[in-house]
Amino acid sequence: MADPGDGKMASPAPLKEKRLMEVRVGELPRWLLLRDLSPSGVAGAFRRGYERYHSKYIDVRKGSVSGVTMVLAAYVLFSYCLSYKELKHERWRKYH
Amino acid sequence: MNENLFASFITPTMMGLPVVILIIMFPSILFTPSNRLINNRLYTFQQWAIKLITKQMMLIHSPKGQTWSLMIISLITFIGSTNLLGLLPHTFTPTTQLSMNLAMAIPLWMGAVLIGFRHKLKASLAHFLPQGTPIPLIPMLIIIETISLFIQPMALAVRLTANITAGHLLMHLVGGATLALTSISPPTASITFIILILLTVLEIAVALIQAYVFTLLVSLYLHDNT
Repeated sequence: MADPGDGKMASPAPLKEKRLMEVRVGELPRWLLLRDLSPSGVAGAFRRGYERYHSKYIDVRKGSVSGVTMVLAAYVLFSYCLSYKELKHERWRKYH
Repeated sequence: MNENLFASFITPTMMGLPVVILIIMFPSILFTPSNRLINNRLYTFQQWAIKLITKQMMLIHSPKGQTWSLMIISLITFIGSTNLLGLLPHTFTPTTQLSMNLAMAIPLWMGAVLIGFRHKLKASLAHFLPQGTPIPLIPMLIIIETISLFIQPMALAVRLTANITAGHLLMHLVGGATLALTSISPPTASITFIILILLTVLEIAVALIQAYVFTLLVSLYLHDNT
């Protein structure tokens, strides 16, 4: 039984077996190092993530437009990060 | 402003890694196949669109030419989806790079021409001389027809590159003008904004049309040569 004062306590399951959404932000570097970082492991992780997203949002009979729109929004964000270096100069500042 | 105008056409690299490979492969995520008989809405729509395009483009060919249908349909899907994705803000469009369009145009054109020369040699050579030319003009006409044959892949690639690049540049310019005009005189800015909206609609159309034209021409070259 977790009472409200225990919010900052680490959850009892060992770090290695937790899924991504259950890992706290502070534990993230350690969790990443414990994962399988070989090429096939990384590819498997991407594959599993893709399948999860796909079956939840796209593969339903009446899938809405938000399934694809979330992917496109993530793509726009990714491209923004890539071109941030050039976009830095276009901000509305008096002195760049 | 001048230097920034062409900054969106630089091949994106992230710390030296060519991310452009990921960006070229990105549209394929949106088109994954499924092995169900009745699919979700997205796939049903895609299947309907692909069936429509296939019927429209491949009916004119002989059975020998129809063996190319997978190639041609994936070509139009790739170019169309890449151009449309390039209309999103900040994204990089691979079809603005001449290198990529040449890489698409030259092998396809050469494949069609070589098939024609291999299977119907006389008919392919006969293409070089239109019917009914006066005899003195024959040498010059053969030279002209040869040049026009070799210019086909260049025209395919440059047409696609120039159209997409020019559209993107225009949108950058008009958008920048709108932004600069809001502080000077808002009514002019609203006019430029309307121009920007019309340009965007045009760009969506151009994205699709360019894909269609590219593919249509490739299929025409194929039809001539099978």
